[in-house]
Amino acid sequence: MKLFEKDSKAIIFGRQAIAVQSMLDFDFISKRETPSVVCFVSPDRPGFERLFFGSKEMLIPVYKTITEAVKKHPDATVMVNFAPSRFTYQTTVDAINTGNIKTIAIIAEGVPERETRALSALAKEKGKVIIGPATVGGVIAGKFKIGNAGGTIENVISSKLYRPGSVGLVTKSGGMLNEMFNMIARNTDGVYEGIAIGGDKYPSSSLADHLLRLEEIPEVKFLVMLGEVGGLEEYKVVEALKQGKIKKPLVAWVTGTCSKIFPTEVQFGHAGARAGNDEETADSKNKALKESGAIISNSFDDLPEQIKKTYEELKSKGIIQEIEEFTPLQLPMDYETLMKQGLIRKHAEFINTIADERGELSYSGVPITKIIKEKHSIGYAIGLLWLQKKLPDYASEFIELLITVFADHGPCVSGAHNTMVAARAGKDLVSSVTSGLLTMGPRYGAAQEESGRYYLWARENGLTPQQAIDKAKEQGIPLPGFGHKIKSTKNIDWREKILIEFVRKNFPKTEYLDYCLEMEKITTKISDKFIFNIGGISGALWLDLLKSLGYTDEEVKELVEEGILTSINVLARTIGYIGHHLEQNRLKENLYRVPYDDVLYSLPDEKDL
Amino acid sequence: MAQKGIREFHAKKLLARFLTEHPEYGFSYEGKIVLVMPESAMTEFARENPWLKEKKLVAKPDMLFGKRGKHGLVLLNAPLEETEKWINERMGKEVQVGKTKGVLTHFLVEPFVPHDKEYYIAIKTEENGDRIYFSDEGGVKIEENWEHVKEFFVPINKAINDVSLTGLNEIIQHFVKALYNFFVEYDFTYLEINPFAMVGNEIAPLDFVARLDDTALFKDSEKWENIEFPTPFGRNFTKEEEFIRELDEKTGASLKLTILNPDGYVWLMVAGGGASVIYTDTVVDLGYGNELANYGEYSGAPSEEETYLYAKTILDLMTKKKDPRGKVLIIGGGIANFTDVAKTFKGIVKALNEYKDKLKENNVKIFVRRGGPNYQAGLAMMKKLGKEIEVPIEVHGPELHMTRVVKIALGGEK
Repeated sequence: MKLFEKDSKAIIFGRQAIAVQSMLDFDFISKRETPSVVCFVSPDRPGFERLFFGSKEMLIPVYKTITEAVKKHPDATVMVNFAPSRFTYQTTVDAINTGNIKTIAIIAEGVPERETRALSALAKEKGKVIIGPATVGGVIAGKFKIGNAGGTIENVISSKLYRPGSVGLVTKSGGMLNEMFNMIARNTDGVYEGIAIGGDKYPSSSLADHLLRLEEIPEVKFLVMLGEVGGLEEYKVVEALKQGKIKKPLVAWVTGTCSKIFPTEVQFGHAGARAGNDEETADSKNKALKESGAIISNSFDDLPEQIKKTYEELKSKGIIQEIEEFTPLQLPMDYETLMKQGLIRKHAEFINTIADERGELSYSGVPITKIIKEKHSIGYAIGLLWLQKKLPDYASEFIELLITVFADHGPCVSGAHNTMVAARAGKDLVSSVTSGLLTMGPRYGAAQEESGRYYLWARENGLTPQQAIDKAKEQGIPLPGFGHKIKSTKNIDWREKILIEFVRKNFPKTEYLDYCLEMEKITTKISDKFIFNIGGISGALWLDLLKSLGYTDEEVKELVEEGILTSINVLARTIGYIGHHLEQNRLKENLYRVPYDDVLYSLPDEKDL
Repeated sequence: MAQKGIREFHAKKLLARFLTEHPEYGFSYEGKIVLVMPESAMTEFARENPWLKEKKLVAKPDMLFGKRGKHGLVLLNAPLEETEKWINERMGKEVQVGKTKGVLTHFLVEPFVPHDKEYYIAIKTEENGDRIYFSDEGGVKIEENWEHVKEFFVPINKAINDVSLTGLNEIIQHFVKALYNFFVEYDFTYLEINPFAMVGNEIAPLDFVARLDDTALFKDSEKWENIEFPTPFGRNFTKEEEFIRELDEKTGASLKLTILNPDGYVWLMVAGGGASVIYTDTVVDLGYGNELANYGEYSGAPSEEETYLYAKTILDLMTKKKDPRGKVLIIGGGIANFTDVAKTFKGIVKALNEYKDKLKENNVKIFVRRGGPNYQAGLAMMKKLGKEIEVPIEVHGPELHMTRVVKIALGGEK
């Protein structure tokens, strides 16, 4: 009976993308017309998996349940079960109980023996076949590859697994499967099929089961079996040989002949590999196999010779004929592999010079532990991230001062108001805060941008303070950074006083402040409300800060173009908006609606339109 | 690792728990039993278990070996003081049981139960079901009286109630059913009570041997509580073996080490459960069995750190004592399915680098054979290392038959 054909399709339990990609690569180079995998099942992570079939990228669906997968893909007859041991039983029962799935490979190690035995009995009852547990699976050359069996694509090619040969192989050890593929490819025309039954004490399908199955496949001309010390599996093969059920030549070897020299019981790598009594030793099994007609070598080391001899003999008798060779398709190389090998290069999509989290987090190359140890200041961190400069103390203190004085300006300003309205409409923190931030602009909250740019332009063009005032008037714009709705020369803004005092005391350069104060002397003569306002001041002071830090006029202009002037306001105001959002929620304030009497309804008469 | 033996003490505690939680079976066993270890204080046991003072006692080692009576290691019908003295005289002493020598460290103490009739029951797992053996002529002569043993088979997908227990009286049938369900519910793989006595509906298991399927831990941890899986009697681990065992328990990968001969000439470090057995076979076949230093295996994609620690342990052991012929280290393996060879070799390379002087002093020759994902890079790394540390490292890939490297390393058959 053939368990797999060139069009067999599988459901994969567990999102084992790498293993499945290797299956699809095998399919592609073997010239399978369709991929061998139709979908995944993952109760926790349904969705899609992106994989390649050749160079074509495919979306492979991931379903929540086996039932759903089977319903959507009635053509799937195989399930490769990667579920961890604790979920093996139920997932396998579910698969057995579907009508469509005929063969299940169980990869997990450590499935309780009682569960495995129950699964085997159920599978038998329903006429299904289980390979495993605790196995890598197997390969049907050129037709189907179970999971990781067969190894890398290079190995698939070097062991000629992309096209069928004449040898039917069964091993106990999954780890030895590739070794045997290699050995057989070097000494014969390759394997037709190779299955590893798994290292457990009670494998669901036995060495004998698979050998008897391979006996029935006409393309298989002779058999190779690699058994192991422990258990009684191999005696079923002895029985089948004695009863004449296995007629094809069988080259066999049971490993673990060394166990006799061990003074105490040694547990080998496999769960089942332990000789409980004489019958279970490798020597007894090899003897029994030899006596019942198997071709037994003297050691594993001689196994290739025995395989070669058997192959040559069958070939000289004409039982094995020259097979049709074909060149496997070239698999497109993976970008990552080529990159690793230094064969290709590409430009990066982004450049980053300010922060590196790949090792210890660092800002502009200064490790975070050093920042904390030496400065422990937000202003210093801002200097590293925004300006890539180790700021002198006065500069970072000034930045923190700006953050403190601009953090909030009460509930009535546009941004705070919008934040509150959004919070009361039930929006989340990010939405409320951004609705506040999005309000910031030339008229509210970001006046320093326009102001700073104007002073920069005025001084660059050599305008006197008087000329700067006149020029604005000429252009028909309000003088940026001057005038206030409420404040005046008599009702000063305390924030201005604090900032100007600090700057006078600490900044090496105050050229923009001085320039603006000259302008204010003129403007306040016009009106006591035509003062140098907070927006103007913070614009001018940013320019002075940059000049004090040693930037040239050209560099200052560039930084302004990049958007440095508004930066502190956005940062500072975020603090206040968060406060307003939290507060509105804390107070459980309901949806806000503008009262009718706050809106003047003045609609045109229809007939006037 | 599937089937694991447990102490008689724990087996009896589990039975007591089962029968208490299932009064519907109508049997009782209180589980009056204590486990005495070198650091145990008998006075404390006596405070918590008043029956120790009130009853005559039985004491015997509880260390996964049988035929204790034959070896004079069972004390029967003794008061507490005598029991204590008897244990103290034997605690920490080496004894020989069959071919195995070992130090006595665990004793069980339980009440002595006078009885007339001794029963035998055993249950074992087979491929298609579980087999039950029962005899009302149990005891030490069970094997001589095997014709009295009745045998029943419970197919894996059937319940004990579906099986006819002909030839057993009603009470015994009930007990067999209870014990079988205990066997199933607690995931035993083997259980033998020989003998046990029945006084009314009270069960007295006199000698109990059991193995559990430790892979069922994920569903039975609550039932088993903190059960311990002791190592076989007489199997004392060296410091290095213990270190690797601990490493193995902590990781999802597999790391195994058994020291066969610390002065051995041939040392193995082989990837893969199947391949490691075959390499060992080959060394033995070539006549170097008594010069083989270790059985070792690493597999299941161990991390760089894990292979480093594993390799370091072996290198340390093999450079402890000089051999005039030098020594041979075979870093072998088959063709891996998915383990990145270069990555696992990184850890080994690090260890070899660290031990370069000792390797030179001990005239160690290294032979490598491996295939699988990224093997070319792994082998190139080994080749380069050989030149750098000036230790002979011969490197082969899948073009060389897996075990041929052993022949090359040992210069053919001895």
